[in-house]
Amino acid sequence: MDSTQKLKFYQKGTLTVGNRLVDEASRNVQASRQRSNSLTCGHRACQGCGEALGARYAIDAAMRAAGNQLIAVNATGCLEVFTTPYPETSWQMPWMHSLFGNAAAVASGVAAAMRVTGKHGTRVVAQGGDGGTTDIGFGCLSGMFERNDDVLYICYDNEGYMNTGVQRSSATPPAARTATTPAIGAQPGNVFGTGKFVPKIAVAHDIPYVATASVADLHDLEAKVTRAMSFHGARYIQINVPCPLGWGAASHDTIRLARLAIETGLFPIFEAEYGRVTHVRKIRKPKPVSEYLKLQRRYAHLFRDGVEDPRVARIQGIADRHIEEYGLLES
Amino acid sequence: MKHPFAIALDVGSSKANHTGTWRTNRPEYVDRLPPCNAACPAGEDIQGWLYQAESGDYEAAWRALTANNPLPAIMGRVCYHPCEGACNRGQLDTAVGINSVERFLGDLAIARGWQFTRPDAETGKRVLVVGAGPAGLSAAYHLRHAGHSVVLRDAGPMAGGMMRFGIPKYRLPREVIDAEVARITAMGVALELNSKVDDIEKSLTADRFDAAFLAVGAHIARRAYIPAGGAARILDAVSLLRSMEGEAPPLLGRRVAIYGGGNTAIDVARTARRLGAEEAVIVYRRTREMMPAHDFELEEALEEGVSMKWLSTIRNIDGGKLQIEKMALDDKGFPQPTGEFETLEADSLVLALGQDVDLSLLDKAPGIETENGVVKVGPNMMTGRPGIFAGGDMAPSERTVTVAVGHGKKAARHIDAWLRGTQLEPAPRHELASFDRLNTWYYEDAPATVRPMLEAARRIDSFTEVQGGLDETNALYEARRCLSCGNCFECDNCYGICPDNAVIKLGPGQRFRIDYDYCKGCGLCAAECPCGAIDMVPEEM
Repeated sequence: MDSTQKLKFYQKGTLTVGNRLVDEASRNVQASRQRSNSLTCGHRACQGCGEALGARYAIDAAMRAAGNQLIAVNATGCLEVFTTPYPETSWQMPWMHSLFGNAAAVASGVAAAMRVTGKHGTRVVAQGGDGGTTDIGFGCLSGMFERNDDVLYICYDNEGYMNTGVQRSSATPPAARTATTPAIGAQPGNVFGTGKFVPKIAVAHDIPYVATASVADLHDLEAKVTRAMSFHGARYIQINVPCPLGWGAASHDTIRLARLAIETGLFPIFEAEYGRVTHVRKIRKPKPVSEYLKLQRRYAHLFRDGVEDPRVARIQGIADRHIEEYGLLES
Repeated sequence: MKHPFAIALDVGSSKANHTGTWRTNRPEYVDRLPPCNAACPAGEDIQGWLYQAESGDYEAAWRALTANNPLPAIMGRVCYHPCEGACNRGQLDTAVGINSVERFLGDLAIARGWQFTRPDAETGKRVLVVGAGPAGLSAAYHLRHAGHSVVLRDAGPMAGGMMRFGIPKYRLPREVIDAEVARITAMGVALELNSKVDDIEKSLTADRFDAAFLAVGAHIARRAYIPAGGAARILDAVSLLRSMEGEAPPLLGRRVAIYGGGNTAIDVARTARRLGAEEAVIVYRRTREMMPAHDFELEEALEEGVSMKWLSTIRNIDGGKLQIEKMALDDKGFPQPTGEFETLEADSLVLALGQDVDLSLLDKAPGIETENGVVKVGPNMMTGRPGIFAGGDMAPSERTVTVAVGHGKKAARHIDAWLRGTQLEPAPRHELASFDRLNTWYYEDAPATVRPMLEAARRIDSFTEVQGGLDETNALYEARRCLSCGNCFECDNCYGICPDNAVIKLGPGQRFRIDYDYCKGCGLCAAECPCGAIDMVPEEM
C-alpha cells in the first residue's frame, strides 16, 4: 500500500455545488433547501443568464452571513430591469433602486442611516453591472472606498452594456465585437490597451477587502462573500458573469465560459486585504485562450474562414501576463 | 387600499410571470446504463453498490451487490473484471478498482457474519440443481430467494466445482469458498455432495422435481497424441489441479513442462513452482499476443520464475527429453511447422489443452441437442427438454466464473417464471452512459489504489494468497472514485446552477424535480451535470 496516498474525502463532488458525503454545515449555501433565494424565479433575464445566477449566489451567501438582516441597493442595468419591472419584483429581500451611477452613494447613505438609527446588525450591499460600476458609477464607488463606508459593493462583470443593446463599456475586453465596436475595418472589435480592471483600483484604495470571483466556482464565490461580510468598512467583489446574449454564446455554455475565463488566465481570481493580495486561486487545468474565444460570436471575426487572427496571440499575451502577475499556475 | 405618495400599484412577485413558456427544450432526468454494469457478465449493478459504499454503508453496499451475485469475496479474487476495462474513469485517469472494492465487501461480510435473508414465502416447487460450481451456486441462491425448494447435488466431496478443483489456492483461499457456500446453504438450500447425477430424467422423477438446472462444468481434460517412449510422465492439468485438494501433493520432479496457452497452463506452471519445481516451462504454439491467458496472470507467473517457449509444439517425449519443433506464423497468423527442432529436458509434461463436458447424464433426456460438445440452450437458458435448463461451462460460454454466475442468475429467473407459468420479460435496458456525456471537470484527480502483492520470493514456497485486499480507508477512497456515470448522485449541481431557481430539491435520496413553470430551458443543468443524468428534449410546439 502506498502510504503517501491521502484519503481525500471528495474524489467525487468536491467541485460540485453540494456533496452528500460532507456534513450539512460545510456544504454550500446553494446546496441547501433553506437558501434564501433572494432572487427568485419568474425574472425576465435571458436563458442561461450568468448575472442572475451570480446575483443569487452572492446575495444568498451574504444573507446567510448577515443572518438575513440585509438591504440591497441596485444600480441601473440588466439586474435591475429584469428583476423589477414595476410593480413586480423577484427580490425576496429589502431592495432599492435609485439611478444608474449612484448605487455606491445611496448604499453609503443607507449604511449611515442604519448606524444613526442604531440598527447595527443590518448590513448593506450595493450591486450593479460593469457599466454602472466601472464607468458611470465609478466616482461614487471611489468615494465610498475612500470614506471606508460600511458597504459591500458587488460588481457583476459581463463586459458590456447588455441591457441597452450590447454597447462597449470600459470593462469590454480587446477585440470583442459590441454594437459600438463593430467587427469591421482593419482592426475590428474593441481596441487593445484600454479598459480598466476595477479590482486593482479597489486594492489601491487600501480598503479592508477586495476579491474577484466567478459563477464557475461557487465554493470560492461563497467563501469570498462570507469573508467580505466578516469585515466592516468598504469591501468590493467583482464577479465574472458570462452573458449569452452579449457574448453570442449558447445559453448552456455560461458556466463553461466562466470556467474557461479562469482556466485561460483571462480572469484572474484573487483576494486582497488592506491593499495586499492575500490569496490567488490557481488554475486547475490550463487552457489556451482560443478555446474560450471560439465559443463566442463576439470574437467570431478572429477565426474567419478557419484562419486565426494574429490578435488571438495578443489576447493570449494578456492571459500570460495575468498568469505571471498573479502566479496563477501551480509551481 | 391606501398607497404611499406616487405609488399606484401593490408590490407583486415575479412568480406571477411563468417564464416556462419561453422554453423550446426541456430538461429531463434520466438514468443511463453505466458501462461497468453493461460489461458485467453477472449483471451486477456495480454503480449502485459503489454508491452505497461511498457513504461508508458497507452492509447496504454488500446487500445491493449480492442481489445479483452471491459470491463477492470469490468474485473479488477471480473475476477478470471486464467492468474495469469498460470503466469511463479509465479515460480520465485509471479505472475504478471495482474488483478490489468487491473483494473488500465480500471479506467484510464474511468477517462480520452477514447472512442472506430467507424467502418470505415458500412456493412449494422443487428444483434440482446439478453441480455446485459458480453457476449452480448462483442458480440455487436465486431460486431459493424466490421461495423454491432447492436441492444442490454435486459429484465431488466438496462444493465449489472448478473454483475449488481448478483454481489454485494462491488465487482463491478455500476458506473463502467455504464461507460463501455456507451462506447459501444457510438459506435452506439442501447441498448433497458425493451425489453424481448419472441420469437426469431418473433423478427428476425419483425425487419429484418440477425443474432442473444443470451446471456440471467441463472436467474432462483434452488430450493430444504425443508419441512417448519409456518412462515418460505425462499428466493432464485438470487431474493435477484436482489432486492439489487431496492429501498428497502430486510428484512432478525438478523440471516441469506445461503444454498449452490458457489460464490453466499458467495455473499449473505456478503450482509446479510452489511444489518445488526448479524449472516450469510453458510450451505454446503461438505468440504471447495470441495467448488466451490474461496478461497479468502471465506477468505474475514470469515474476515467479516461470519461463515460456513461444511458437513451439511438442513432437515426442522420450524419457526426460521433449522434442520441440519451432513454429512460424503464416500470412493468416496460423502457426506452421518449420522443421527446426530442439530438445527440452523435463521430468514431467502436463497437458493443459482445454476441457470437455461429460454429457452422459443427458443420454436419456429427450429433445436435448448438443453442439461442439456443449448443450444448446435457448435465450431463456432452457434446453430442448422443457423444464431442464443448463448453464456454466457446459453451455456455450466464455468459461469464466463470472459468466457462470451470470448464467445461474439468468437461468434461475427463467426457471422461476417457467414454474409460475409465465414468461420473463427482460426489463428494457437504459441507453449507455458514454464518456462524452460526462462533465469531468467536477471530478477530482484521484489515481487508483494499488493492491498489495506478495513478494515473488515469498510466493514460490507457499500457497499463500498472492494478491492482498484493501482496508477500510482505501476501499472508501476507491469507491468514491466512481463517477456515477448516467445516474444522479445528488451533487446538487442542477439545483445550484439554475439561474431561474427552477430546480426543486426533494431531499436526500429523493433527487430533484424541474419546475417547468419557470424553467426557460437554457440547458445549464444538463451541461453541468457531472454524470450525464439530464437530457435536453425538444418541446412540442
